[in-house]
Formats: sequence, structure tokens, C-alpha cells
Amino acid sequence: MNSTHVALAEAATAQTTTRLTFREAARAGLRDALARDERVFLMGEDVGHYGGCFAVSLGLLAEFGPERVRDTPLSESAFVGAGIGAALAGMRPIVEIMTVNFSLLALDQILNNAATILHMSGGQFNVPLVIRMATGGGRQLAAQHSHSLEGWYAHIPGLRVLTPATHEDVRGMLWTALEDPDPVLIFENAALYPVEASVPVEWSPVDIDHAVVRRSGSDVTLITYGGSLYKTLQAADELAAHGIQADVIDLRTLRPLDDATIFESIARTHRAVIIDEGWRSGGISAEIGMRIMENRFYDLDAPVERVCSAEVPMPYAAHLEQAALPQVAGIVAAARRVIGG
Amino acid sequence: MTIQLSHEPVTVDRDHALQLLGEMLRIRRFEETCAELYMAARVRGFVHLCIGQEAISAGLIPLLTPEDRIVSTYREHGHALARGISANACMAEMFGKVDGCSRGRGGSMHLFDAQKRFYGGNAIVGGGLPLAVGTALADKLQHEPNVTVCFFGDGAVAEGEFHECMNLAALWRLPLLFACENNLYAMGTALERAQAQTDRLVKAAGYHVPAESVDGMDVLAVASAAQRAIDFIRAGNGPYLLELRTYRFRAHSMYDPELYRDKQEVEQWKQRDPIDTFAARLLQAGLVTDAEIEQLRQAAADEMAAAVAFAEASPLEPVEQLTRWVYSDATPEEQER
Repeated sequence: MNSTHVALAEAATAQTTTRLTFREAARAGLRDALARDERVFLMGEDVGHYGGCFAVSLGLLAEFGPERVRDTPLSESAFVGAGIGAALAGMRPIVEIMTVNFSLLALDQILNNAATILHMSGGQFNVPLVIRMATGGGRQLAAQHSHSLEGWYAHIPGLRVLTPATHEDVRGMLWTALEDPDPVLIFENAALYPVEASVPVEWSPVDIDHAVVRRSGSDVTLITYGGSLYKTLQAADELAAHGIQADVIDLRTLRPLDDATIFESIARTHRAVIIDEGWRSGGISAEIGMRIMENRFYDLDAPVERVCSAEVPMPYAAHLEQAALPQVAGIVAAARRVIGG
Repeated sequence: MTIQLSHEPVTVDRDHALQLLGEMLRIRRFEETCAELYMAARVRGFVHLCIGQEAISAGLIPLLTPEDRIVSTYREHGHALARGISANACMAEMFGKVDGCSRGRGGSMHLFDAQKRFYGGNAIVGGGLPLAVGTALADKLQHEPNVTVCFFGDGAVAEGEFHECMNLAALWRLPLLFACENNLYAMGTALERAQAQTDRLVKAAGYHVPAESVDGMDVLAVASAAQRAIDFIRAGNGPYLLELRTYRFRAHSMYDPELYRDKQEVEQWKQRDPIDTFAARLLQAGLVTDAEIEQLRQAAADEMAAAVAFAEASPLEPVEQLTRWVYSDATPEEQER
């Protein structure tokens, strides 16, 4: 291909794709939701005048006004509960909580109201609410801003738990979530916000019911989601250099779990490693591992392994924090162990 | 015939008086029936009776439009009945039957009715307040002239959510009536042993929420104050707090040893029984007769006996439906994922 051909190819690409940060992709999803449906409004701490603590909602106040891009006081329980009430009364609220650690101040509302009212009312009141929040570590923010508690939320019947890892997912999942009649929690790994990628200019709601195989291989299944997807893909590259082909599953949704995609992969590879930025004990990795045991025990050629965060509150010092988080080397080592190489 | 009752600047005509008295008698009889059923082990779980507090439901709730909204607490039988949820549906819920107003999923503490815009008894103290902020916000954003009434007890005032919600409702000028049923005890803890500032009006002032304290044992006083509050809110002035000073004659839940209050105190409050005192005033004023009161009493007894028969005859939800309504549209297999 000569240089003219390259230039033409790039021009063609430029018309159909665009470069966006993960943050900008999330913002595109929000802008679209606000423009498309008058019942949608965004509410949370510093979403308006400040532009969002991670600058996700930057510019939306000017575009949609303070009624629909609504700054709140630091009252997590009240404004999350208000989102539930507004959803009960005909609106389609998007509530932003700065980080998953702060969401614990609203846990009563999320569990005791959002997740229960449909059932407790005998099916009379559904709660079409979306709650977005940042999750994950790696930014030296220590033990009250860095945890990955999405697996906890996946414990709760009545909630849907989404963990977009790609730019297309963070942009498109919001649309699908807003069409869901029940409460949906979206966890955005904050370490991804500045990452750039190319995405199609044209887009539509994305499926939130299925996991996706991001890389195909027949030797070992690597199961992950969110911020750990990129480390896992990097680990798969390193494994390939050693002649090991990994199937990399991006779960995308932690509740309901797409068992079928996991089981189909294990039927081919007979080996699995689960990579989860959450803690190991009682976490989503434990749930996935147990489901594999219950359903695919006789397909396995080796015990399932896990690569999780260390069982420690997240430390501040960079070297300690990096030691606490799942890393490429640890994923490679676990995959090699289950293969016996 | 209209009379002016001496110590309350409210007029009440005969029909209205009979309606208020009849509503209180219905609630009282429903609660007494629940107590009997509980003693006979035919109703289980936690059952919180509002005997002594009936004037609040009867005085306030009929002032609302069908489009207005109510968020309530676990002591909500009276609120539900006054809102027009049938005694049959409420009683069937006590029995955990399929014809219960929550199809047997909620029980005594979680009566719901979408058609009546009754957003449930909430059994987390203070937990209903944020919901009420939300329904009021939705009405404001949709330019609907509705009022949300949120009932809560004096105990909820110690919860952070009360303070967060008072601030939010005032900040956003929401059409929300904070209806504080102050029966002086948070379960077994007397108000003055739990709160440094026991004056609700002072607390409301701290959030720029207009407030009024009213005798919650006097149905006319409740109705009069509630009308002022609702008019103020519906005119677009923002939230209002009504403290309804009342007393529960029974235990916190079905039974407690009542170590936390004097028998004498209970007896003193019983002298102010909202039904007996109102009936006496009406009789004294010559507005109603003994026979008419007895008729109302009998009607309430008949209605609740019929409700028990209805509840007993109602079928149980098939166990196959156990996981229905965890998600709106899911099949049982999908619910299990």
C-alpha cells in the first residue's frame, strides 16, 4: 500500500469513526440521553457547575440547564432516594455518585428501596432508575476512594449491575439502562477516563445481557470485566508469545451473569482464570468460580484460579497500591499454572 | 346544621363530623381486629398498631386529591385505610394472601397501592423521606400540581435523612408535606432521652421550612392545620412541616413489656382518646346522637368482620410465583440468573 492509499484509508476511517476518551464517551451517552427523553435528568454532587468530579458531565449544564443537570448537596442518601422517588413518579433519573465508596452512604436506599419496592409492592411499583459511579484503584487515592465494590452490589436481587470496559459500552450502555424498567447501576472504572480509543460515529443502544469474547483462544479462559480487561488483554498477548492462546471474556454485566458465554468458553479451553479488581473473599470471583464448579466441573482439566486485589484497604503509596491490584505478571503466572506450563 | 366548637376555630357540619368519626372508628376496629388475630396467631410478623393516633389519618388524608401522593411508615394501617385502600385488601395482606394490597409480599409494614398513589409503608425509620423528596421533585419537574405527604415518626427526626431531606425540599421548594407523628417514643426511647433539641419547630426553622405544631388527638385541629399546610404547599411555596402531637395506646409492636413508660402516663393520654373526645363534643353540641355513633361503630365492626372473612377465603400465592417481580419482565429462569 503506497502513501496515497494510506491517506485515502485514513480519510474513509475519519468519516465513520472518531477518537474519544472514555470520559468523553460517557459524556456522549449522557448528552444523548438528555436530548432524547425529557423525563431524563442528571443529579449528583458537582455534576453541574463544577462539570463533574471526573469532568464527565462538563458542558451539560450550559446545554440542558440547572433543572436537568442538577447539583445536589452532599446528601447521598437523600439524593439517591430522591432518584428512586422521581423514578416512581414518572421520571427517568440518572443519579451520579462520585465514587463507589461514597455510595455506601446511600446503600440503605439502594438495597432497602430501589431493589425491593417492585417485589415488596407485589409488582405495582417498578423503579426505572440509573445510578452511575466511579470505581477502582490505581490513582493513589488510598482506602476511601479506590475500592471495587461492584461485586457486592451484584449480590442484590432486583438490581442490574453493569461494568463497561470499552468506550462503546460506556457510551451505549446508558441508553439501554434507561430503557430498563428496573434499577441499573453502572460502574465506571475511573482509571479508564483519560484513555483514548476510536469509536464509530454512528451508534445505538448496546446489548447489556451478554458477555463478549474480546480475544479468542483455545488454551485457557480468562474471565474479567471493567478496568482489568486491559491488563488481561496484555497478559493474553504475553501468553501468546509463549504459544498459549487465551480466550478473554469481558463480562460487561455482573448481574445477571451471562453464564452461557463462560461455560461455552470453558467447554473449549477446559481451564479458567478469573481476574477481579475486587477482594477475593466473598467476591464476584467466588461466585463465578462456584458456578463453574456447579455446572462445568467435569469439563475442567485444572482447578480454577483467581487473580484479585490483595485483602487490604487500598494503600496510598504507589508501590504498595500496585502490589495490591491485579497485574499482568500475576495474570500470566496464574494462566501458566492452570495450563501446567 | 353547622356548629362552632368552643376551643377550636373550625366549623364542622353534621355529615363531615360523621365522616371523620366513622373513619376513626374504622381504623380503630381494624387495629383491634389485627390485635385479636395476632393473639390467635393468625397474623404474624411485626404488627405496629396506631390505636390512639387515628385522628391524624382521618383528619389529614381526606384533604388530598386522588393525584396527590403518600409515603408512609411501618405504622401505616390507618393511613392506608383513610386513603381508600379497602379493608379487604389491607386485611388480606395481614394474612399474606394473594388478594392483599401487596400480594402477600409486604405484610403489615409494607402496604402499597399504585392506584391510590400510596408508596408504601417503609420499615427503615426515615427511609421514606428521600422517596418523598423524589416524588415531589418529579411533580415539580412535570409541572403537576400535586402534593406529596410523607409520614414519619419522632424517631426519624434523629436520622440523617430527615435533615438531608428538609434541606433538599426547602432548597428546591418542593411540594412536600412533612407530617411528623410525634408519639413521644422512638420504640422505647423517650424523645428527651434521644434528642437534645426536642422542639420540631426550631429544627424546621433551621432549614427555612415553615412549621406548625398541632394537637394530633383532635381530629378537627388536625384537619384545620393540614388544610393550611396543603394550601400553602399547593400554592407553590415549597415544603411545610406539621408536627402532630399524639400518643400510641398500645405497645410499639404487638407486645412489649412497656418498661419505658408509666402506666399512669398511658392512662392520662387515654383520657384524650381522639374518638371518645370527639364523640363527646359532638353529642354535647347536639350534632349527632348516641344511636348514630353506635351505628358507625357497628358498621366498622361489620366491615372488619367481612374483611377477615375475605382474607381467610383469599388464596395463597402459588410458590411457583416466589421470584416473580424481582425484575419487571423476567421469567422465573431469568430471575435465577
